[in-house]
Amino acid sequence: MIRVFGWNEFLIIVVAAQWTIALSAIAFAGGSIGGLLIALMRVSDVRAFRLFATGFIRVFQGTPLLMQLFLVFFGMNISGFAINPWIAATIALALHASAFLGEIWRGCIEAVPKGQREAATALGLRYYHSMRHVILPQAIRIAVAPTVGFLVQLIKGTSLASIIGFTELTRQGQIINNATFSPFLVFGTVAVIYFLLCWPLSLVARRMETRFSRATAR
Amino acid sequence: MYEFNFTPVLASFDQLLIGAWLTVRLSCAAMLIGLVVSIICAWGKTSGPAIVRAVIDGYIEIIRNTPFLVQIFFIYFAMPSFGPKLSPNSAALLALVVNFGAYGTEIIRAGIESIHKGQVEAGWALGLSRLQIFRYIVMKPALRTVYPALTSQFIYLMLNTSVVSVISADDLAAAGNDLQSATFASFEVYITVTLIYFALSIGFSALFYAVEKMAFKYPLSR
Repeated sequence: MIRVFGWNEFLIIVVAAQWTIALSAIAFAGGSIGGLLIALMRVSDVRAFRLFATGFIRVFQGTPLLMQLFLVFFGMNISGFAINPWIAATIALALHASAFLGEIWRGCIEAVPKGQREAATALGLRYYHSMRHVILPQAIRIAVAPTVGFLVQLIKGTSLASIIGFTELTRQGQIINNATFSPFLVFGTVAVIYFLLCWPLSLVARRMETRFSRATAR
Repeated sequence: MYEFNFTPVLASFDQLLIGAWLTVRLSCAAMLIGLVVSIICAWGKTSGPAIVRAVIDGYIEIIRNTPFLVQIFFIYFAMPSFGPKLSPNSAALLALVVNFGAYGTEIIRAGIESIHKGQVEAGWALGLSRLQIFRYIVMKPALRTVYPALTSQFIYLMLNTSVVSVISADDLAAAGNDLQSATFASFEVYITVTLIYFALSIGFSALFYAVEKMAFKYPLSR
């Protein structure tokens, strides 16, 4: 018996968007913490930290997100944890976001003129205070636009969690499509919802970028 | 304690290599066709009439703000209801081209806009045709400017091809899936597949570096 794609089916898909949003938010929060650590290690004076951060970024930027999800998913299994798509997707996406945000934020920290760091040192500020009160506040202003841009990429990336069985927007679309067999309406709806989530963020990122480049051009 | 067992993976390593070869071919084909699409769209976006510009803008925004997975589902499952039914591999190629085209257009447009207007006017003054101006005066230096961005977008495209395994195209990730269901050595299979992807991305980076050294030997005019 084939179900007809009606209002109820439409609502089921719309409601599933909450899991996409939740997964994106948690992965972004985790990725922010990890990304800050990676960025700080990447610009650190300690060689071992720099090497680790560089390696971390290269591995995560040089392998597919899908494989990262699979490895965390099956890796949890062999290390004795129960298979749980929620936790696997969260960890994999947070690690993925850490690498990308780490690389973005490293660029932002390095974009702060070197004299600032030297001035902080000359004032007698130690590492923590010079980072916390001098470098990072300036780096954050540069970082906002590319970070929002990456958030769009992360939201789109959560769709891959459907492949390891996490029921978010895309997976819910597949399920409904299997029941109604109207792929055009189903995947059209799914695409429109992703578009409505991502497009405003893209616009904000672009506007901030132009405003920022105009402000720094002077 | 879990014991790793790579024997079944190594025994069927040739299957993975066959999959990797399709991944390479798929990525290169999508890159080349996608580059042509990007150049045409970038031309339309910088010097076409308003309606063409609006259509290209819409295309870019739609593709850049929806996941690749949904795009490929749309092309593979939904397109047959109003268009041709494609085989998994052709649908994968089409999806990759459409996806790369949107990002490539933005990159190349940025390159075109970096060309000083006086250069084009100099071309007119020398009596070059429209196409000659576009080819020699605009595209050549524009491509050089955006070459790094294009290559990293290509690496991203290559990694993205792993997603086409979901519509049963037979690329590297799909070869991994087959091997996984035959051997149940999931982790060993996927770590091997991941390493092959990593090797591919390093290999392509090296290749692009070599191409850059060869193709852009002439000095910058500025």
